Amino acid sequence: MKRSLTRKITNILALTLSVAATGVGLLFLGAILWTLLKNGLSGMSLHLFTQMTPPPGAAGGLLNAIFGSAVMTLIGIAVGAPLGVLAGTYLAEYGGDSKLSAVIRFVNDVLLSAPSIIVGLFVYQIVVVPMGHFSAIAGALALAVIAIPVTVRTTEDMLRLVPQGMKDASTALGAYPWRTTLSVIYPAARSGILTGLLLAIARVSGETAPLLFTALNNQFWSRDLNAPIANLPVVIYQFAQSPYPEWQQLAWSGALLITLTILALSIFARIVVSALQPARRS
Amino acid sequence: MDQATAFVIEPRHAARQRLGERIFKGATLVAAVLVLVLLGGVTIALIKGAWPALSHFRLEFLTRQVWNPVTEKFGALAPIYGTLVTSIIAMAVAIPLSFGISIFLTELCPAWLKRPVGVAVELLAAVPSIIFGIWGMFVFAPILQRHVQPWLIDHLGPLPGVGLLFQGPPFGIGILTASLVLAIMVLPFIASVMRDVFETIPDVLRESAYGLGATTWEVIWKVVLPYSRTGVVGGIMLGLGRALGETMAVTFVIGNAHRVSTSLLAPGTTISASIANEFTEAVGDLYTSSLIALGVLLFLITFAVIGAARLMLRRLDRKALAAV
Repeated sequence: MKRSLTRKITNILALTLSVAATGVGLLFLGAILWTLLKNGLSGMSLHLFTQMTPPPGAAGGLLNAIFGSAVMTLIGIAVGAPLGVLAGTYLAEYGGDSKLSAVIRFVNDVLLSAPSIIVGLFVYQIVVVPMGHFSAIAGALALAVIAIPVTVRTTEDMLRLVPQGMKDASTALGAYPWRTTLSVIYPAARSGILTGLLLAIARVSGETAPLLFTALNNQFWSRDLNAPIANLPVVIYQFAQSPYPEWQQLAWSGALLITLTILALSIFARIVVSALQPARRS
Repeated sequence: MDQATAFVIEPRHAARQRLGERIFKGATLVAAVLVLVLLGGVTIALIKGAWPALSHFRLEFLTRQVWNPVTEKFGALAPIYGTLVTSIIAMAVAIPLSFGISIFLTELCPAWLKRPVGVAVELLAAVPSIIFGIWGMFVFAPILQRHVQPWLIDHLGPLPGVGLLFQGPPFGIGILTASLVLAIMVLPFIASVMRDVFETIPDVLRESAYGLGATTWEVIWKVVLPYSRTGVVGGIMLGLGRALGETMAVTFVIGNAHRVSTSLLAPGTTISASIANEFTEAVGDLYTSSLIALGVLLFLITFAVIGAARLMLRRLDRKALAAV
């Protein structure tokens, strides 16, 4: 009798703690989003998108930083995504269970969770040092290196979702594997691959550490890929640590902007995935 | 008859198909091997950059605490210490919390709540680390400074032994604050891996345990956890890998002081925070090279941890881990 009471109490205690842990986790998410909204919204105005980052003590916007981030993300994805999709295709369609694929898969998974500051040091060594200066192109390459493992992984997973029957049917019609891949598998996995791209963009657009010593920063408007370029994460990093209220305000607005973009991308990617799943099942 | 002739493959057409096959397959293979080249390239580039410092300081680099750009004496002891201590405290806080969240999601949560809470946890994982950094600096550190740290100093400080951890003034920023921000950051990663691991357990195991009269907690502790041990440890190691290498969330709140102090309330530094803070301002080859040497250390530590984690998680359904 006593023993069963202890068991019941332990049970209730443990389950209560588990609910409490979930509460704590959600509390922090709420706290962070609330702070972002509270501090970021007050600085949200059209100026943010029409004016350049200001000198200390003056008002301004984030136009050059938004532009720089967009350019580097675009180039980074344009370089990284095709490579990632091709590598993912190899793993899903050609590599099979070979030793090489196993090694590539493992290394890719390790790269996926590797600290991004290492990528920054790597690109600094192979691009910035030989060129002799920081540049937008170095920043874009650092982002590409981060985007590759994400796209490899999602592409392989999405291609594997395509039913074997479809591939067999194409092969039975006499198509070579490359034809099957291009004309049957890719179209069937289109939304899945798109989701992978969205996730890669989301992952890349918040990265700060790899840009610190590749793209650096630029106070002015720059379209020169061969020169340092302003970008949201590094501007947030520098402005938040400054003593000037105007800069801190811009940092919060930038932070809100990035977070909303990333959350929107992740939610959109999730919707695409869940729209896919029921169709598969039927 | 016309239909039958249409299916005959012309030799020219077949040759083109074979060429296309060779090109396409070659392109995918090159891209796949590029992943290996990336890892190799990172290794070579980092060691090359770190070589001047490593050959100059040799093993002393690992054991010395001094970090003086003026006299060009650099030792990695303080950053290594900071990296390990912040990660260990972060894991000590994050593991029980993530375990709680994952059992809530898999065993307790009503079906209608499962998706929203799960998505919320995953969204927390998607928030970029710099956001945790500025939130930590502007919101979390002041709260700790005003309400938590004075209490720790007054009540735990005088105790023998443990008291050494809680000495000095409440700075707000420091090792403890950085550890807690890290804990909040890795929490969703570990929780979502654990949840995915728990979900792979066949229902029949749970049901037989319930059938024998086990309570929910006993099912979790005696059936679910032993069955999924490897995956759980893998998830924890993956979180540890994150914590060790995390840069932006830590840089804002650690104080960037190259010193090893017993007090958790004192400012310190980590490997990644030192690199982020000092790299662009480093003058002189030896200074830059020492920072890259720190990068090599971080590379070795995190890759060992992440590699082990991935091996443990290999058997798990891969799709669930894509975002982590």
